[in-house]
Amino acid sequence: MKGRVEIYEGWCKKCGICTAFCPQDVLDTTGDGYPFVRAPEKCTGCGWCEIRCPDFAIVVSPYEEEQEK
Amino acid sequence: MTETTHLIHSYLRSSKRFPHVWCPGCGIGILMGALIRAIDHNRYSKDEIVLISGIGCSGRLPTYLDFNTLHTTHGRALTFATGIKLAKPSLKVIVVMGDGDAAAIGGNHLIHAARRNVDITAIIVNNQIYGMTGGQSSPTTPLGMTTSSSRYGNLEPAFDISRVVEAAGAAFVARSTVYHTRLLEQLIGKALHKRGFSVVEVICHCVTHVGKATHMNSAVEMMNWQRDNAVSVRKAGTLSAKQLEGKIVTGVLVDREAPTFHEEYEKLVARVGVDDSAV
Repeated sequence: MKGRVEIYEGWCKKCGICTAFCPQDVLDTTGDGYPFVRAPEKCTGCGWCEIRCPDFAIVVSPYEEEQEK
Repeated sequence: MTETTHLIHSYLRSSKRFPHVWCPGCGIGILMGALIRAIDHNRYSKDEIVLISGIGCSGRLPTYLDFNTLHTTHGRALTFATGIKLAKPSLKVIVVMGDGDAAAIGGNHLIHAARRNVDITAIIVNNQIYGMTGGQSSPTTPLGMTTSSSRYGNLEPAFDISRVVEAAGAAFVARSTVYHTRLLEQLIGKALHKRGFSVVEVICHCVTHVGKATHMNSAVEMMNWQRDNAVSVRKAGTLSAKQLEGKIVTGVLVDREAPTFHEEYEKLVARVGVDDSAV
Protein backbone atom coordinates (compact mmCIF):
# COMPACT_ATOMS: atom_id res chain seq x y z
CA MET A 1 0.00 0.00 0.00
CA LYS A 2 1.71 3.18 -1.16
CA GLY A 3 -1.19 5.50 -1.78
CA ARG A 4 -4.36 6.54 -0.03
CA VAL A 5 -7.35 7.40 -2.23
CA GLU A 6 -10.08 9.80 -1.19
CA ILE A 7 -13.21 10.53 -3.19
CA TYR A 8 -15.29 13.71 -2.91
CA GLU A 9 -18.79 12.66 -3.88
CA GLY A 10 -19.96 16.28 -3.93
CA TRP A 11 -17.93 16.95 -7.10
CA CYS A 12 -18.19 13.44 -8.62
CA LYS A 13 -20.42 12.98 -11.68
CA LYS A 14 -20.16 9.18 -11.71
CA CYS A 15 -18.43 8.98 -15.12
CA GLY A 16 -16.45 5.87 -14.13
CA ILE A 17 -13.09 6.99 -15.58
CA CYS A 18 -11.16 6.52 -12.30
CA THR A 19 -12.49 2.99 -11.78
CA ALA A 20 -11.97 1.90 -15.39
CA PHE A 21 -8.38 3.11 -15.77
CA CYS A 22 -6.94 2.16 -12.37
CA PRO A 23 -4.00 -0.11 -13.30
CA GLN A 24 -4.36 -2.10 -10.05
CA ASP A 25 -8.16 -2.45 -9.79
CA VAL A 26 -8.20 -0.58 -6.50
CA LEU A 27 -11.51 1.12 -7.23
CA ASP A 28 -14.97 -0.25 -7.84
CA THR A 29 -18.40 1.26 -8.36
CA THR A 30 -21.24 1.26 -5.83
CA GLY A 31 -24.83 0.46 -6.79
CA ASP A 32 -25.63 4.16 -7.20
CA GLY A 33 -22.63 4.74 -9.51
CA TYR A 34 -20.11 6.40 -7.19
CA PRO A 35 -16.58 4.98 -7.06
CA PHE A 36 -15.29 3.50 -3.80
CA VAL A 37 -11.97 2.08 -2.67
CA ARG A 38 -12.41 -1.70 -2.79
CA ALA A 39 -8.81 -2.84 -2.42
CA PRO A 40 -6.79 -0.10 -0.65
CA GLU A 41 -3.85 -2.44 -0.10
CA LYS A 42 -3.24 -2.68 -3.87
CA CYS A 43 -2.82 1.09 -4.43
CA THR A 44 0.63 2.00 -5.73
CA GLY A 45 -0.02 5.73 -5.52
CA CYS A 46 0.48 6.22 -9.27
CA GLY A 47 -2.14 8.98 -9.36
CA TRP A 48 -3.72 8.15 -12.74
CA CYS A 49 -7.24 8.28 -11.25
CA GLU A 50 -6.52 11.75 -9.95
CA ILE A 51 -5.07 13.25 -13.15
CA ARG A 52 -7.76 11.70 -15.39
CA CYS A 53 -10.67 12.79 -13.18
CA PRO A 54 -12.43 15.55 -15.15
CA ASP A 55 -14.02 16.92 -11.96
CA PHE A 56 -11.09 17.04 -9.49
CA ALA A 57 -13.15 14.74 -7.27
CA ILE A 58 -10.50 12.14 -6.43
CA VAL A 59 -7.24 12.53 -4.54
CA VAL A 60 -4.30 10.20 -4.02
CA SER A 61 -1.91 11.00 -1.20
CA PRO A 62 1.19 9.07 -0.14
CA TYR A 63 0.26 6.46 2.44
CA GLU A 64 1.75 6.99 5.84
CA GLU A 65 1.53 4.43 8.65
CA GLU A 66 0.94 7.16 11.24
CA GLN A 67 -2.39 8.02 9.64
CA GLU A 68 -3.73 4.63 10.69
CA LYS A 69 -2.72 4.86 14.36
CA MET B 1 -5.18 17.27 0.66
CA THR B 2 -2.39 16.17 -1.67
CA GLU B 3 0.05 18.35 -3.50
CA THR B 4 -1.66 17.89 -6.88
CA THR B 5 -5.15 18.65 -5.66
CA HIS B 6 -3.97 21.48 -3.49
CA LEU B 7 -2.30 22.84 -6.62
CA ILE B 8 -5.46 22.51 -8.72
CA HIS B 9 -7.56 24.19 -6.03
CA SER B 10 -5.14 27.08 -5.74
CA TYR B 11 -5.88 27.93 -9.40
CA LEU B 12 -9.68 27.56 -9.27
CA ARG B 13 -11.88 30.58 -8.66
CA SER B 14 -13.58 30.00 -5.34
CA SER B 15 -16.51 32.19 -6.36
CA LYS B 16 -17.53 29.73 -9.09
CA ARG B 17 -19.95 26.91 -8.55
CA PHE B 18 -18.50 23.40 -8.64
CA PRO B 19 -18.85 20.73 -9.95
CA HIS B 20 -18.30 22.54 -13.23
CA VAL B 21 -20.74 22.83 -16.11
CA TRP B 22 -19.37 20.07 -18.40
CA CYS B 23 -21.15 16.74 -18.88
CA PRO B 24 -20.11 13.69 -16.81
CA GLY B 25 -16.81 12.33 -18.14
CA CYS B 26 -16.14 15.29 -20.47
CA GLY B 27 -12.51 15.54 -21.53
CA ILE B 28 -12.39 19.33 -21.13
CA GLY B 29 -12.14 18.83 -17.35
CA ILE B 30 -9.13 16.55 -17.90
CA LEU B 31 -7.57 19.17 -20.17
CA MET B 32 -8.18 21.86 -17.51
CA GLY B 33 -6.21 19.82 -14.98
CA ALA B 34 -3.38 19.23 -17.47
CA LEU B 35 -3.25 22.94 -18.34
CA ILE B 36 -3.03 23.96 -14.68
CA ARG B 37 -0.25 21.45 -13.98
CA ALA B 38 1.68 22.54 -17.08
CA ILE B 39 1.48 26.22 -16.09
CA ASP B 40 2.47 25.47 -12.51
CA HIS B 41 5.27 23.09 -13.48
CA ASN B 42 6.81 25.75 -15.70
CA ARG B 43 6.56 28.31 -12.88
CA TYR B 44 4.49 30.94 -14.62
CA SER B 45 2.85 33.33 -12.19
CA LYS B 46 -0.91 33.87 -12.27
CA ASP B 47 -0.41 37.50 -13.24
CA GLU B 48 1.68 36.85 -16.35
CA ILE B 49 -0.82 34.40 -17.86
CA VAL B 50 -3.73 35.59 -19.99
CA LEU B 51 -6.25 32.89 -20.79
CA ILE B 52 -8.68 33.64 -23.60
CA SER B 53 -11.57 31.63 -25.00
CA GLY B 54 -14.31 31.98 -27.55
CA ILE B 55 -17.76 30.41 -27.47
CA GLY B 56 -18.69 26.79 -26.92
CA CYS B 57 -18.11 24.16 -24.27
CA SER B 58 -14.40 25.00 -24.11
CA GLY B 59 -15.31 28.70 -23.83
CA ARG B 60 -16.30 28.08 -20.22
CA LEU B 61 -12.81 26.97 -19.22
CA PRO B 62 -11.20 30.35 -18.41
CA THR B 63 -14.15 31.40 -16.25
CA TYR B 64 -13.13 28.78 -13.66
CA LEU B 65 -9.45 29.72 -13.50
CA ASP B 66 -7.74 32.43 -11.52
CA PHE B 67 -5.62 34.06 -14.26
CA ASN B 68 -6.18 37.17 -16.32
CA THR B 69 -9.07 35.81 -18.37
CA LEU B 70 -11.19 36.90 -21.29
CA HIS B 71 -14.31 35.16 -22.61
CA THR B 72 -14.74 36.57 -26.10
CA THR B 73 -17.05 36.29 -29.10
CA HIS B 74 -17.42 33.20 -31.27
CA GLY B 75 -14.29 32.42 -33.27
CA ARG B 76 -12.55 35.68 -32.39
CA ALA B 77 -10.46 34.59 -29.41
CA LEU B 78 -7.26 34.73 -31.50
CA THR B 79 -7.90 38.33 -32.54
CA PHE B 80 -8.25 39.48 -28.92
CA ALA B 81 -5.14 37.44 -28.10
CA THR B 82 -3.14 39.10 -30.91
CA GLY B 83 -4.12 42.52 -29.60
CA ILE B 84 -3.10 41.69 -26.05
CA LYS B 85 0.23 40.22 -27.14
CA LEU B 86 1.08 43.30 -29.21
CA ALA B 87 0.03 45.70 -26.46
CA LYS B 88 2.05 43.88 -23.78
CA PRO B 89 4.49 41.32 -25.19
CA SER B 90 5.71 40.28 -21.72
CA LEU B 91 2.41 38.46 -21.08
CA LYS B 92 2.02 34.75 -21.77
CA VAL B 93 -1.11 34.53 -23.89
CA ILE B 94 -3.00 31.23 -24.08
CA VAL B 95 -6.12 30.70 -26.19
CA VAL B 96 -8.50 27.80 -25.64
CA MET B 97 -10.84 27.08 -28.54
CA GLY B 98 -13.09 24.27 -29.67
CA ASP B 99 -13.03 22.83 -33.18
CA GLY B 100 -16.12 24.81 -34.18
CA ASP B 101 -14.60 27.97 -32.76
CA ALA B 102 -11.11 27.47 -34.25
CA ALA B 103 -11.77 25.74 -37.57
CA ALA B 104 -15.21 27.00 -38.62
CA ILE B 105 -16.18 30.54 -37.64
CA GLY B 106 -12.62 31.37 -36.54
CA GLY B 107 -10.88 29.41 -39.31
CA ASN B 108 -9.61 32.53 -41.02
CA HIS B 109 -8.19 33.95 -37.80
CA LEU B 110 -6.49 30.63 -37.12
CA ILE B 111 -4.62 30.45 -40.41
CA HIS B 112 -3.62 34.10 -40.30
CA ALA B 113 -2.44 33.97 -36.68
CA ALA B 114 -0.29 31.00 -37.77
CA ARG B 115 0.92 32.87 -40.87
CA ARG B 116 1.89 35.94 -38.84
CA ASN B 117 3.51 33.70 -36.23
CA VAL B 118 1.98 35.65 -33.36
CA ASP B 119 3.70 34.54 -30.15
CA ILE B 120 0.70 32.89 -28.48
CA THR B 121 -0.28 29.35 -27.55
CA ALA B 122 -3.51 27.99 -29.02
CA ILE B 123 -5.05 24.94 -27.40
CA ILE B 124 -7.66 23.52 -29.75
CA VAL B 125 -10.11 21.11 -28.16
CA ASN B 126 -11.17 18.87 -31.03
CA ASN B 127 -14.24 16.89 -30.01
CA GLN B 128 -15.48 16.59 -33.63
CA ILE B 129 -18.82 18.32 -33.03
CA TYR B 130 -20.63 21.45 -31.80
CA GLY B 131 -21.40 20.17 -28.31
CA MET B 132 -23.02 23.12 -26.55
CA THR B 133 -25.56 23.90 -29.25
CA GLY B 134 -26.87 20.36 -29.61
CA GLY B 135 -24.47 18.23 -31.63
CA GLN B 136 -24.33 19.82 -35.09
CA SER B 137 -21.56 18.74 -37.46
CA SER B 138 -18.37 20.83 -37.40
CA PRO B 139 -15.41 20.99 -39.84
CA THR B 140 -13.75 18.13 -37.95
CA THR B 141 -16.76 15.79 -37.92
CA PRO B 142 -15.73 12.57 -39.70
CA LEU B 143 -17.23 11.86 -43.11
CA GLY B 144 -20.47 9.91 -42.83
CA MET B 145 -21.11 10.53 -39.12
CA THR B 146 -24.74 11.14 -38.17
CA THR B 147 -25.21 14.37 -36.26
CA SER B 148 -28.21 16.56 -35.47
CA SER B 149 -27.48 18.62 -38.62
CA SER B 150 -26.58 15.64 -40.84
CA ARG B 151 -29.29 13.11 -40.12
CA TYR B 152 -28.29 10.89 -43.06
CA GLY B 153 -24.55 11.12 -42.54
CA ASN B 154 -22.07 13.99 -42.84
CA LEU B 155 -21.25 14.75 -46.48
CA GLU B 156 -18.11 16.78 -45.82
CA PRO B 157 -14.60 15.35 -45.27
CA ALA B 158 -12.99 16.49 -42.00
CA PHE B 159 -10.26 19.09 -41.58
CA ASP B 160 -6.95 17.97 -40.11
CA ILE B 161 -6.41 21.03 -37.90
CA SER B 162 -2.76 20.26 -37.20
CA ARG B 163 -1.91 20.00 -40.89
CA VAL B 164 -3.81 23.19 -41.64
CA VAL B 165 -1.84 25.24 -39.11
CA GLU B 166 1.40 23.57 -40.15
CA ALA B 167 0.81 24.62 -43.75
CA ALA B 168 -0.17 28.12 -42.60
CA GLY B 169 3.19 28.58 -40.85
CA ALA B 170 2.80 27.77 -37.13
CA ALA B 171 6.13 27.45 -35.31
CA PHE B 172 5.03 24.55 -33.11
CA VAL B 173 2.28 21.99 -33.65
CA ALA B 174 1.55 19.06 -31.35
CA ARG B 175 -1.31 16.67 -30.81
CA SER B 176 -2.45 14.53 -27.92
CA THR B 177 -5.62 12.88 -26.71
CA VAL B 178 -7.05 13.48 -23.25
CA TYR B 179 -6.47 9.77 -22.50
CA HIS B 180 -2.72 10.45 -22.78
CA THR B 181 -2.92 12.99 -19.98
CA ARG B 182 0.77 13.11 -19.05
CA LEU B 183 1.75 13.57 -22.70
CA LEU B 184 -0.84 16.34 -23.00
CA GLU B 185 0.66 18.10 -19.98
CA GLN B 186 4.19 17.86 -21.43
CA LEU B 187 3.10 19.12 -24.85
CA ILE B 188 1.31 22.12 -23.33
CA GLY B 189 4.51 22.88 -21.39
CA LYS B 190 6.58 22.74 -24.59
CA ALA B 191 4.07 24.92 -26.42
CA LEU B 192 4.20 27.53 -23.65
CA HIS B 193 7.99 27.65 -23.92
CA LYS B 194 7.95 28.01 -27.70
CA ARG B 195 8.62 31.40 -29.23
CA GLY B 196 6.01 31.89 -31.96
CA PHE B 197 2.57 30.53 -32.74
CA SER B 198 2.24 27.20 -30.95
CA VAL B 199 -0.75 24.91 -31.34
CA VAL B 200 -1.74 21.89 -29.28
CA GLU B 201 -4.59 19.93 -30.81
CA VAL B 202 -6.36 18.03 -28.07
CA ILE B 203 -8.42 15.05 -29.23
CA CYS B 204 -11.29 15.09 -26.79
CA HIS B 205 -14.42 12.98 -26.43
CA CYS B 206 -17.95 14.36 -26.42
CA VAL B 207 -19.91 11.63 -24.68
CA THR B 208 -23.25 13.35 -25.09
CA HIS B 209 -23.23 13.85 -28.88
CA VAL B 210 -20.36 11.96 -30.56
CA GLY B 211 -20.88 9.08 -28.14
CA LYS B 212 -24.49 8.85 -29.27
CA ALA B 213 -23.55 9.06 -32.97
CA THR B 214 -20.82 6.43 -32.73
CA HIS B 215 -22.66 4.11 -30.32
CA MET B 216 -20.04 4.54 -27.63
CA ASN B 217 -22.05 5.04 -24.50
CA SER B 218 -19.51 6.20 -21.98
CA ALA B 219 -16.43 8.36 -21.54
CA VAL B 220 -14.53 5.17 -20.71
CA GLU B 221 -15.39 3.57 -24.06
CA MET B 222 -14.42 6.75 -25.91
CA MET B 223 -11.11 7.02 -24.05
CA ASN B 224 -10.40 3.36 -24.84
CA TRP B 225 -10.96 4.28 -28.48
CA GLN B 226 -8.43 7.11 -28.13
CA ARG B 227 -5.92 4.71 -26.56
CA ASP B 228 -6.40 2.09 -29.29
CA ASN B 229 -6.19 4.52 -32.20
CA ALA B 230 -3.36 6.81 -31.10
CA VAL B 231 0.02 6.34 -32.79
CA SER B 232 3.16 8.18 -31.69
CA VAL B 233 4.97 10.35 -34.24
CA ARG B 234 7.94 7.99 -34.17
CA LYS B 235 5.82 4.93 -34.90
CA ALA B 236 3.81 6.80 -37.53
CA GLY B 237 7.06 7.29 -39.48
CA THR B 238 7.26 3.53 -40.01
CA LEU B 239 3.66 3.12 -41.17
CA SER B 240 2.17 3.57 -44.64
CA ALA B 241 -0.53 6.14 -45.40
CA LYS B 242 -3.06 3.32 -45.60
CA GLN B 243 -2.08 1.97 -42.18
CA LEU B 244 -2.41 5.47 -40.75
CA GLU B 245 -5.97 5.91 -41.99
CA GLY B 246 -8.26 6.72 -39.07
CA LYS B 247 -5.35 6.88 -36.61
CA ILE B 248 -4.49 9.79 -34.33
CA VAL B 249 -0.81 10.74 -34.63
CA THR B 250 0.32 12.11 -31.26
CA GLY B 251 3.41 14.00 -30.17
CA VAL B 252 5.31 17.01 -31.53
CA LEU B 253 4.44 17.29 -35.23
CA VAL B 254 6.26 20.55 -36.06
CA ASP B 255 8.93 22.51 -34.19
CA ARG B 256 10.68 25.26 -36.15
CA GLU B 257 12.08 28.74 -35.66
CA ALA B 258 10.64 31.79 -37.39
CA PRO B 259 10.48 35.53 -36.64
CA THR B 260 7.43 36.40 -34.55
CA PHE B 261 4.94 39.13 -35.35
CA HIS B 262 5.60 41.35 -32.32
CA GLU B 263 9.40 41.11 -32.78
CA GLU B 264 9.01 42.27 -36.37
CA TYR B 265 6.69 45.03 -35.17
CA GLU B 266 9.23 46.22 -32.60
CA LYS B 267 11.94 46.24 -35.28
CA LEU B 268 9.68 48.36 -37.46
CA VAL B 269 9.08 50.83 -34.63
CA ALA B 270 12.85 51.03 -34.02
CA ARG B 271 13.47 51.61 -37.73
CA VAL B 272 10.86 54.27 -38.50
CA GLY B 273 10.37 55.74 -35.01
CA VAL B 274 7.16 56.77 -33.31
CA ASP B 275 5.34 59.89 -34.46
CA ASP B 276 4.28 61.55 -31.19
CA SER B 277 2.53 64.44 -32.93
CA ALA B 278 -0.34 62.12 -33.86
CA VAL B 279 -1.00 61.20 -30.21
